[in-house]
Amino acid sequence: MKTVFIILCCWCTQANAHVIKVGNKQTIKTITAAVAAAKIGDTILVDRGIYKEKNLVIDKQLVLKGINHPVLDGEKKYEIISIKSDRVTIDGFLLQHTGVSSMIDFAAIKIYNKHYATIINNIINDAFFGIYSQQGINCLIQNNTLTANATEEQQSGNGIHCWKSDSMRIIGNTISGHRDGIYFEFVTNSVIWRNNSFKNLRYGLHFMFSNDDAYITNVFENNGAGVAVMFSHGVKMFNNYFKENWGDAAYGLLLKEINDSYIENNRFENNTMAIYAEGANRIHMQKNVFKSNGWALKIQASCMDITLQQNNFIGNTFDVGTNGSLVMNTFNNNYWDKYEGYDLNHDNNGDVPYRPVSMYSMIIEKNPPAMILFHSLITTLMDKSEKVIPSLTPENLKDEHPLMKSIPL
Amino acid sequence: MKKIIKYVFIDILRNKIVLAYTILLLLLSLSIFNLEDNSAKGLLSLLNIVLIIVPLVSILFASIYVYNSAEFLELLVSQPLKRNSIWLSIFIGLACSLTLAFFVGVGIPVLLYELSATGITMLLVGVLLTVIFVAIAMLATVNTRDKAKGIGVAVLLWLYFSILFDGLVLFLLFQFADYPLEKAMIGISALNPIDLSRILVLLKMDVSALMGYTGAVFKDFFGTTVGLVIAILVLLFWSIIPVWFSVRKFNRKDL
Repeated sequence: MKTVFIILCCWCTQANAHVIKVGNKQTIKTITAAVAAAKIGDTILVDRGIYKEKNLVIDKQLVLKGINHPVLDGEKKYEIISIKSDRVTIDGFLLQHTGVSSMIDFAAIKIYNKHYATIINNIINDAFFGIYSQQGINCLIQNNTLTANATEEQQSGNGIHCWKSDSMRIIGNTISGHRDGIYFEFVTNSVIWRNNSFKNLRYGLHFMFSNDDAYITNVFENNGAGVAVMFSHGVKMFNNYFKENWGDAAYGLLLKEINDSYIENNRFENNTMAIYAEGANRIHMQKNVFKSNGWALKIQASCMDITLQQNNFIGNTFDVGTNGSLVMNTFNNNYWDKYEGYDLNHDNNGDVPYRPVSMYSMIIEKNPPAMILFHSLITTLMDKSEKVIPSLTPENLKDEHPLMKSIPL
Repeated sequence: MKKIIKYVFIDILRNKIVLAYTILLLLLSLSIFNLEDNSAKGLLSLLNIVLIIVPLVSILFASIYVYNSAEFLELLVSQPLKRNSIWLSIFIGLACSLTLAFFVGVGIPVLLYELSATGITMLLVGVLLTVIFVAIAMLATVNTRDKAKGIGVAVLLWLYFSILFDGLVLFLLFQFADYPLEKAMIGISALNPIDLSRILVLLKMDVSALMGYTGAVFKDFFGTTVGLVIAILVLLFWSIIPVWFSVRKFNRKDL
C-alpha cells in the first residue's frame, strides 16, 4: 500500500511539472518567453543555438537544461542569468561575453539571496565575474569550466565569487584567467573540493573572513600570487596541490591571521614561498610535502602554537625563515633533506636536533640587500660554521627528533 | 708575435695539468647535468663550480707558468723582439688555452644540455673570468720576483676575490644598515668580477625571484641592454687593465 502511495505521489508531481522546449524549431524561440510561460517546478529544455536574451531573470523555481551547450551571449553589455528564486537549476549552458563595469559586478550567473541553487556542467567564457553568489545558501556549483583572459587586476573579476554565503559546495570546477580563481568573503560551513584553479591573475583561491570551511583535493597552479587565506578560523586544507606559484610576490599559501586550522597532506612544489605565515595561531601542519621551493616556510615571530610534524622537506633553497628570535611553535618528527645528523640506535629518529633556519636566511631577514651575496662561497661557509656553533639563528627553532628517512607521502 | 702565441698555446695544451683541468671540468659538468633531473637546476650547481674553480685554476696555473718560463722569457728578450709583444703573446697564449680548456670542459655539456640564454651567459662569464684571472696573475708575477712569494700572492688574490671581498661587503651592509644601499651595491659589485658574474647569471635564472627587492633593483639595471653592456664592459676592463699595468712594468723590468 505504501509503495503504491509513493508511486502515486511521484506520478502526481510528474504530472504537475511540465517540460517546455525552447529552440529554433520549437514554438517558443527565446528562453525569456519560456520562463514567463513556465510554472513553478517546470523544466525548460534549450536546444542548441545562440541566444541573446540580454539579462535573463529567473524568478521561479525552474530547471534550465541546455542540450549540447546552447550559447547564451551577454553581448559584452549584460549580466547573463540572474537567479532570483530558490531551487533553480542551471545545467549545461555555454555562457559568454558578460558586460564589464567598474560599478556593477556583472556575472555570467548571479545568485541573489536565494537557497538551493544548482549550477552544473556549464562552460563560461570571457566573463567579468563567472559565478557570483550573493548571500546564497546551500548552493551547489559543480563541474563548470570558467575561462577568461584577464590582463589587469582592476579590469577583471573573479571566477567563482561567494559573498556572505553559507553551506556552499564548490566541486570539480576548472577556473583560469580570472582575477581570483575562487573568492570567498564571509562564507561559512562550505566545501571547495576537486577544483582546478590555474593561471589566474592574482590568487588561485582568495579567502577572507570565512570560517569553518574546508578545501580538499584542489590544484592551484601558476597563479599570480598563489593562494591567500586571511582573517579566518577553523579552516581545513587537505590534499591540495600548490604548484608553480613562482614570482617576486608569489606564495604557495599565504596565511594571515588564521586560527585553529588544519593543513594536512598537501603538496607544495616549485613555489617562491610555499607557506608564508603571519599572525597565525594554533595551526596543525602534518604530512605535507615541501619540494623544490625557494622558501618552504616563512613563519614570522607573530605566529604562535603552530605544530609541524611528519612533513617532508626536500630540495628547498631555504627550509625555514623567520624574523625574530622568539619562537613559540613546535617542530617535531619532520624529514629534512639537509639534515646531516646520525642515528645510533636505528629508530629512524636523528639523535641530534636539526636547525632548519640557516644563518644566511637570518642575515637577509635583517639586512635584505645582503641578498646580493646569494649563492656566493662566503654564505655557504657561514652556514656551515653556524651549524657547528649556533649564534645568530634562534636557539629554540629546532626539530628535536628529525626523521632519517622521508615519509612516503 | 704570432709564433710566440702559437708556441705558448701548443706548449700549454701539451701540459698535463691543463688536460686534467679540462677533464675535471668535463666530468663535473656532465655528472651534474646527469644527476639533476632539471637541467636549469644543474646550471645553478655548475655556476658555483665555475665561480670557484675557474678563477682559482686560471690564476694559479698562469702564475706558475710564467715563473717556469722565466728562462724562456730571458731568451726571448735577448732576441730582436719588442718586450710588449713578448709579454702580450704569453698572455694571449695562456688566456686562449685556458679558455679552450674551459670551453671544452663546461661549454660542450652546457651547449648539449641547457642551450638557453642563461647557459650562454654562464659560458660568456666563465670565459671572461678565465681571461680576467690570467690577467691578474700576469700582474702579480711581474711584480714579485720570488716564485714562492708570487704564487702566494696569486692564492691570496683569489681568496680576496672569492671570499674576503664578500665578507667586506657584508660588513659594510651591516655598518650602513640604516641607509638604502641597494643602488650602491650595483657599483660595489663592479669592484669584484666574481660577484658581478654571479649576479649576471643569477638574474637570468628563476631563482632571482628569491632575491626580493634587491634582486628587483639589480634586474632593473642589468636587465636593460645598457646595463648589460656596461657589465660586460666592466668585465673587459677587469681583463685589460691588469694586463696593461703588467706590460708597463715588464717593459721597465730588469730581468
